[in-house]
Amino acid sequence: MSKRFAIGAAAAALLLGSTALAGAQETGATIGMQLEPPNLDPTAGAAAAIDEVVYANVFEGLTRFAADGTIVPALAREWSISDDGLTYTFTLAENVTFHDGSAFDADDVVFSLTRAMAEDSTNAQKVLFEDIASVEAIDPATVEVTLGEPNGSFLFNLAWGDAVIVAEESAGSNATNPVGTGPFRFENWVQGDSVTLARFDTYWGEAPALETVTFKFIADPTAAFAAMMAGDIDAFPNFPAPENLVQFEADPRFAVIIGSTEGETVLGINNSKAPFDDVRVRKAIAHAIDRQALIDGALFGYGTPIGSHFAPHHPAYIDLTEQSNYDPERARALLEETGLSDGINVTLKLPPPSYARRGGEIVASQLREVGINAEIVTLEWAQWLEQVFTNADFELTIVSHTEPLDINIYARDDYYFRYQSDEFKAIMAELDETSDEAARNDILKRAQQQIADDYVNAFLFQLPKTGVADARLKGLWENAPTQANDMTGVYWEE
Amino acid sequence: MLRYLARRLLVLALTMVAASIVIFLLMSVVPGDPAQFMMGMNADPAALAALRAELGLDRPLLVRYLEWVGGLMIGDFGQSYTYRVPVSQLILDRIGLSLPLAFLALLLSIVIAIPAALFAAQRHNRAGDISVMGLSQIGIAVPNFWFAMLLVLLFSVTLRWFSAGGFPSWEAGFVPAMKALTLPAIALALPQASILARVLRSALLETLGEDYIRTARAKGLSRGQALRRHAFRNALIPVLTIIGLQFSFLLAGAIIIENVFFLPGLGRLVFQGITQRDLIVVQSVVILLVFAVTLVTFLVDIAYALIDPRLRRGTL
Repeated sequence: MSKRFAIGAAAAALLLGSTALAGAQETGATIGMQLEPPNLDPTAGAAAAIDEVVYANVFEGLTRFAADGTIVPALAREWSISDDGLTYTFTLAENVTFHDGSAFDADDVVFSLTRAMAEDSTNAQKVLFEDIASVEAIDPATVEVTLGEPNGSFLFNLAWGDAVIVAEESAGSNATNPVGTGPFRFENWVQGDSVTLARFDTYWGEAPALETVTFKFIADPTAAFAAMMAGDIDAFPNFPAPENLVQFEADPRFAVIIGSTEGETVLGINNSKAPFDDVRVRKAIAHAIDRQALIDGALFGYGTPIGSHFAPHHPAYIDLTEQSNYDPERARALLEETGLSDGINVTLKLPPPSYARRGGEIVASQLREVGINAEIVTLEWAQWLEQVFTNADFELTIVSHTEPLDINIYARDDYYFRYQSDEFKAIMAELDETSDEAARNDILKRAQQQIADDYVNAFLFQLPKTGVADARLKGLWENAPTQANDMTGVYWEE
Repeated sequence: MLRYLARRLLVLALTMVAASIVIFLLMSVVPGDPAQFMMGMNADPAALAALRAELGLDRPLLVRYLEWVGGLMIGDFGQSYTYRVPVSQLILDRIGLSLPLAFLALLLSIVIAIPAALFAAQRHNRAGDISVMGLSQIGIAVPNFWFAMLLVLLFSVTLRWFSAGGFPSWEAGFVPAMKALTLPAIALALPQASILARVLRSALLETLGEDYIRTARAKGLSRGQALRRHAFRNALIPVLTIIGLQFSFLLAGAIIIENVFFLPGLGRLVFQGITQRDLIVVQSVVILLVFAVTLVTFLVDIAYALIDPRLRRGTL
């Protein structure tokens, strides 16, 4: 008995010791991420992990996403738009310096935007800048951007990580040594392990509460769980194992933060391949899927059903889930109508994320119920990108489209689901010419309706943001309007 | 001995040339474009082409092969597509973890295995022997990642003596670094020690039947003394083979353990390189590992020859 007491006492002492240690460290935070960024330059790479480290922390754009997804001023403090919607005049923040000490002014904006749209640009989202006709520095604090044609999404485009402002002197080395204007400067990168940022003392805006932020990369879900439990990690904003969330919820040391992402998860259908070129077949697939069963099975109940390619938290969202409700009878009838009542054999190509792998199993069994035999083919990301995304060599696939407000992909003829609709393109053209918020929202509603009517894809669910954090760490983003871990407002509660 | 050495060295060189060709060709037929992977969905085709040109992926295969091998000769492994830093720097960083970890695990397994084997051999078919063999059977059967997870649960999550993983780098100091390597080394060493103990035990038992042992016993040495003084040295050859194999395994094959403990080691570098299509990293690390394995085999061969002079002259 006394022996057991001694062990208990030793364990308690250790626990106390480690808490005391944690108390002393509360000027910084360690944030867990599943994927390591390949480099740290958001203007030359598409990996979400880049923005998750540097967006709003190290780099800033003219505008930025706020936590609720709205577009707010950043380096551009205010702006005016000409009546024809073509000329944007930005007034820039003053007394801004880059982390290497050089001053920020209008020339840096001209440089950054010109570089992003240049012929040899390796900006992954070059398309964001394609409407820009010219960028001009009027004076050090004023920039004028002229568009070739009106683009109602322009301020939104400027908020992307791919549109951050960089300096000519440091642009070339941002991949390994990022130099921005943000509240944190890059300090150290132990490749394969972690990236450390430190508070930038002469930041032009409000100083963040944290002195240091360390992003630690833990790919394995079980290891992520252990690291959280052992107190190695203060927060895991996108925790990879939803099955463990219940356990965290029950533990007062932790807070579970469930929010929404910009990730519309779809069962992608190759519209150009028979029999999917028949809208009735696509409709049958949509009716064959029980979204709630899918969410329960693949995401342990977290996630919101969607009926079109649109985020439920956006003001223009309309709920179209009823239009493709779970109705296997209807699905079978539709297949019969098209002469496919004997059943069809298709392949379902799945990329690595667990929502796709787990979801794919459930979708396949639901499709089997109505006579569609989906053979599952699992692919690595690189393979998926090449086969499915680039070459459209697929019949069905499951993927989450994580970019914000990306409904315009349905206007691209060569996009992997090969949807071609002049009506939809006309709607997108109208959207581009409109900058009034209310009018834009009406157009976006029509766009959602159009693709739901055409059953382009089977729309599954909005990917949830399932985060876990130390209960005393406050100010983390609940939702993910863009893929970022904005640490500027994060602090430790006393 | 010299001719033996020269022959072995020639084999080593030829192996390396053959390996470099095979590895390079394999990498060039792997599906998935590195540039596409980096640019992701929605990538602009013009930007994609620009990146391919920047990475040199648009040049002919032979040019890329010769450039790579030419670079290897002078220690230039090229530049990582994704990280945009020299591959040699990445490898050096990772070796700084993988090599000590492999040594530590190997050392641990030897320290456990030798006494256990001696102990078992002395008690052949008695309770001590049977229990050591039983334990080693468990050690081999239990997957090391599972054992690793148990270690994490006990020492990190429950007792909080060690952190659950990660590596603070050697700059953080010797003690924190070693602390981070302790649990992974134990997890790696256990199955290795079990194999080693079994091999050494049977080798010892085999030598016990030899004439020189009988002579030694006749001169009055106890079974244990005969084992330690005479049988041990002769039982070392199969053990060395195993150790050689284990070292190569520990260096490259620790991927799963590196994942459990999220350690930035060589195994995970290759794994990441494959999924990210950072082919230059993959081919460079693989050729390095081939080199390490052939070198270890070479050294083991030399060690054989030193232990057993008969092998120097033989046709082995």
